[in-house]
Amino acid sequence: MNIEDLGLIPYEKAWQKQKEAVSRVIAGGQECLFFCEHPPVLTLGRSASRKNLLVPPDELANRGIRVLDVDRGGDVTLHAPGQLVAYPILDLNRRGRDLHRYLHQLEEVGIDFLRGFGIVSVRVSGKTGVWVKDRKLIAIGIGVRQWVAYHGIGINVKTDLSLFSLIRPCGLFEGVTSIEQCIGNAVDMAEAKDRLGKIFRDDFGVQ
Amino acid sequence: MNELVLPELGEGIKEATVVCWHVKAGSRVEKDEDIVEVVTDKASFNIPSPFSGTIKKICIDPGETVPIGCVLAHVAP
Repeated sequence: MNIEDLGLIPYEKAWQKQKEAVSRVIAGGQECLFFCEHPPVLTLGRSASRKNLLVPPDELANRGIRVLDVDRGGDVTLHAPGQLVAYPILDLNRRGRDLHRYLHQLEEVGIDFLRGFGIVSVRVSGKTGVWVKDRKLIAIGIGVRQWVAYHGIGINVKTDLSLFSLIRPCGLFEGVTSIEQCIGNAVDMAEAKDRLGKIFRDDFGVQ
Repeated sequence: MNELVLPELGEGIKEATVVCWHVKAGSRVEKDEDIVEVVTDKASFNIPSPFSGTIKKICIDPGETVPIGCVLAHVAP
């Protein structure tokens, strides 16, 4: 599986890259995994309620934060620098055609990744994502075309958590946290990407 | 007349909500073409047509939640 680091990239550009990669995989091309960070942006998934935007649109505009409707499952989420976003473009035709199983596998990747930082995390029944105590650290949402998955997971490595006050993330009332907040130390993003890539390859059994 | 049904999406998934149709009644569709997007929990899923034909009737409107196996549209060969 080819891993491509897109660096800090506007949401729409990475979205376009995903769509192109999905078309390639549908046509029989190789699966891939994108890593990136996004400038601050709020995205509304297919189940989103605008009530979960806690700040009026003009104030968001003044702060340069755009709101996008996107083709993934789930409610509103925030992306910002310091959040490691991983977009696996994977063919679920080869993986049992089961959306729950795939979401579960993404949670496992997240839990394994956090364990590497000494963080104990869990999944919560009925709520997709990865949690440290009652705070969410990893958000998950996917889209699927012809059983090829895109979108993926956002891991708050060192995100400015104050930005989450703009929204009620995923429609939830609980708070969010980051790896740096959990461990009290700085985390190197390049090293984090390296570790995450290895875990993806191990957990999904691809090289 | 062929029936396009909400397919099995995974273990424990009993229903999904129609988000939007990519086609209209009267549209010609090819096999494997995405024709309707549904959402279940944290996944948005595009349902490809299992057959080529013409959409005769769309049975479920956007926003409606229906069980797996529910007929979503009729497609004439």
